[in-house]
Amino acid sequence: MRDIYVSEIVEAVQGLCIEANCDIGDDVLKALGAAMEVEESEQGREAIRQIIENNMIARDDLIPACQDTGLAVVFVELGQEVHIAGGSLCDAINEGVRRGYVGGYLRKSVVRDPLRRENTGDNTPAFIHISVVPGDRLTITVAPKGAGSENMSAIAMLPPSAGEDGVKEFVIETVRRAGPNPCPPVIVGVGIGGTFEGAAILAKRALLRPLGERNSDSFYAGMEDELLRRINDLGIGPQGFGGRVTALAVHIEVMPCHIASLPVAVNLNCHASRHKTITL
Amino acid sequence: MKMEVGPVKLTTPLEDSDVAKLRAGDQVRIYGCIYTARDAAHARLVRLIKECRPLPFSLDGQVIYYAGPAPARPGMVVGPCGPTTSYRMDAYAPTLIEHGLKGMIGKGSRGEAVKDAIRRHKAVYLAAVGGAAALLSRRVHACELVAYEDLGPEAIYRLQVEDFPAVVVNDIYGGDLYEAGLQRYKRGAV
Repeated sequence: MRDIYVSEIVEAVQGLCIEANCDIGDDVLKALGAAMEVEESEQGREAIRQIIENNMIARDDLIPACQDTGLAVVFVELGQEVHIAGGSLCDAINEGVRRGYVGGYLRKSVVRDPLRRENTGDNTPAFIHISVVPGDRLTITVAPKGAGSENMSAIAMLPPSAGEDGVKEFVIETVRRAGPNPCPPVIVGVGIGGTFEGAAILAKRALLRPLGERNSDSFYAGMEDELLRRINDLGIGPQGFGGRVTALAVHIEVMPCHIASLPVAVNLNCHASRHKTITL
Repeated sequence: MKMEVGPVKLTTPLEDSDVAKLRAGDQVRIYGCIYTARDAAHARLVRLIKECRPLPFSLDGQVIYYAGPAPARPGMVVGPCGPTTSYRMDAYAPTLIEHGLKGMIGKGSRGEAVKDAIRRHKAVYLAAVGGAAALLSRRVHACELVAYEDLGPEAIYRLQVEDFPAVVVNDIYGGDLYEAGLQRYKRGAV
């Protein structure tokens, strides 16, 4: 067994929260640059221009690119030969989120109860997904998620007879209904298969894939290309002002499912696609 | 289509004549004071109006910015302050417009009741670029708490802005940039 001390985890998560919010990845900047090349709408081009300038300011000044610094969604790959020393893994992650959000001047956007709505004041709790994997390493990804795009996400339990076309229609309809609300150009995370909750987590995981990388299965890579083209044909455009670029990418992830089910989840992400990973 | 003449300069508070010259799709740059308010602050303002009690600021000719800034770092006037999604304020906006509000800045579509109030009472709905919070915070030169400090990021702040970029979405003539943009750029049967 390899010991990893909770103090290391706290420090790592604290740093990831700040870095993820202030430093939008180069893959996104590159995709925005490419969007600028093809966008025809004047208002759409102005929106992309402001977004690119914004992301450079955020990176240079170490301030959040978006004021909605999100819920702290945390994906953990815990090597089965790792021993967490000195405390609990989840407590350490939450302490890292607390320090990152309070000390890093990030917005606190969590209410303790969905109906009584009192702010927890430190952006905890984190929303933690843990997988146990072989090995003696601990990989942590912090993916802050804003509400604007999260609120426009959707899930459907389709009958298997709906097939490929049914899945495509649902994905496109979800983006169409969202319109300008999720801050397009969006990244479309699609989870197909699994269970009700499994499809949703899969869709969220799909958002972590670097832009420009396609599904390794050519069948699904082709579906990603088709969906991206059809979504951009909707004409919603940057910020919904009308235009050619509604989405920067469509990422599909799949898993086995029940003989009677065809779950599909669509998790929309705004252009401020934020996630940072560390391996301890 | 109008000739491209650059952004329209808008100085708050707004008069009927200011909003009358705006058309959906126009780029504007805002100068003067704007007030931040989100869901919780709107609920309180509308309750005060219904109870015929005084508001923490006069709505007359004013512009409300749907925004909840992140905390400011030491030495900064305001933290990152981009727009939040506007439909959540649709239940309250018509009441505020009836009581003098002239402008709203946010992002995303509005309901029919809001668009109707914009037409009837001569107001305007503007969109700022969602997620451009760091850039927009640089256009804010002063920030002062007006009311509801207990709401944290949802409190009402008076922001002094210069060259604050936005685009007209809903004008007094029924124009709607989101609908017009979609019609113009959608391709075939998708």
